[in-house]
Amino acid sequence: MAKLKQQSLQKRDAELANAKRQLEILSNGIFQNGELPTFAKKIKETNQLPLRPKKLEILQINVGYMCNQVCEHCHVDAGPDRKEIMTWETMEQCLEVIKNTEAHTLDLTGGAPEMNPHFRRFVEEASKAGIKDFIVRSNLTIIRANKKYHDLPEFFKKHNVHVVSSMPHWTRGKTDKQRGEGVFDMSIKALQELNAVGYGMPDSDLRLDLVYNPNGAYLPGDQASMEKEMKAALLEDFDIRFHSLFAITNLPIARFLDYLIASENYEDYMYQLVEAYNPAAVENVMCTNTISISWDGFLYDCDFNQMLKLPVASKVKHIKDYNEDLLNDRNIMISQHCYGCTAGAGSSCQGTVAN
Amino acid sequence: MAANNYYDPADLRKFGKITEWSEELGNKFFDYYGKVFEEGALTAREKALIALAVAHTEQCPYCIDAYTKDTLQRGVTKEQMMEAIHVGAAIKSGATLVHGTMMMNKVNKLEM
Repeated sequence: MAKLKQQSLQKRDAELANAKRQLEILSNGIFQNGELPTFAKKIKETNQLPLRPKKLEILQINVGYMCNQVCEHCHVDAGPDRKEIMTWETMEQCLEVIKNTEAHTLDLTGGAPEMNPHFRRFVEEASKAGIKDFIVRSNLTIIRANKKYHDLPEFFKKHNVHVVSSMPHWTRGKTDKQRGEGVFDMSIKALQELNAVGYGMPDSDLRLDLVYNPNGAYLPGDQASMEKEMKAALLEDFDIRFHSLFAITNLPIARFLDYLIASENYEDYMYQLVEAYNPAAVENVMCTNTISISWDGFLYDCDFNQMLKLPVASKVKHIKDYNEDLLNDRNIMISQHCYGCTAGAGSSCQGTVAN
Repeated sequence: MAANNYYDPADLRKFGKITEWSEELGNKFFDYYGKVFEEGALTAREKALIALAVAHTEQCPYCIDAYTKDTLQRGVTKEQMMEAIHVGAAIKSGATLVHGTMMMNKVNKLEM
């Protein structure tokens, strides 16, 4: 069992458990005194304000904030102490939407989505809807955390689920420092088990992609180079194969923001994000093709806005009232955390967005 | 210049501004600099590690700051970074010691 690093900000009653306070920090200081331009000002320079949605492609459903890990950088502030879990009633409302949506991708996330007691029933029902790409974001260690999860690789295979998993580095030290002691070894074992049922093999349709995110106050390197390094290292050291690596930038919210402030890296990090701003990444930023649904059924432009409690600027606020056309006619809510998705080659739940 | 220090970390952000007082030369430098660090016969990662080692032998605080961050971004481990610096340190100390042969030659020439 992985040793937990800490409790969630919420459990600790920390200042940054409060989304409003996070938004204040992101709007004050260097952004208030004009040292750095606000995100709105920056995208206005290239006539991209207001940011508007394009065609909906991805429905991302957060089925709960409970997780078996307490990763240092977690933007959800997830952990074993989080009790926000999607009910079956809300899942049924989601299923109705999944049946009728024009989105081609369904993306289940958390916390550890597998810890939702209705997870398997939901996957079984959702997989019948004929969605082209059905993603589950699995933290890997959950597969080894308890006997009741050991058959997850087989379960994923049965429903042709596309598994996307975090693996911040190919070395034990870097991985455990971010995700908790013992996480690396458990993740390696889980990856080997996924490989054993066919996931990640070169010619396999069972997609296994990994997510890399930096281990501190710096941006991710080139995605293609990192993928090459990660593939070579995991193959040589552990005989593990996977398909693609998504390099994701840590956004300055929740626990990562807490870390940035505590380590006195906040201003430097914001400078890095702003200096790496790429207007081409704004074109394809994920909030323009995604709707994020929270555990309690509310709708957001992305998972980050969900955590900052910035709901969609639309009459349609909840999954029970879902109307895709109405929802697509909205302005996307932005703040300075959005720089995280537009730095360098850009960043989304599917990795980089610009060349 | 910062009030009480010759070096200020914030000055690193101003590096690009050197073009303001000599645009043509500044631009030529940055074009060259950018080209050098592109993928070539060496990978960008290998070049970043060389730059980190040289940053230390040059004892340039700005370069150390920049290439520590750059190598971390490229997934380089602490152990690899330290080994690269040892390469620089070995060459530095070797370069000192190998000059000892000059001293030995001179002594041999001067002494009876």
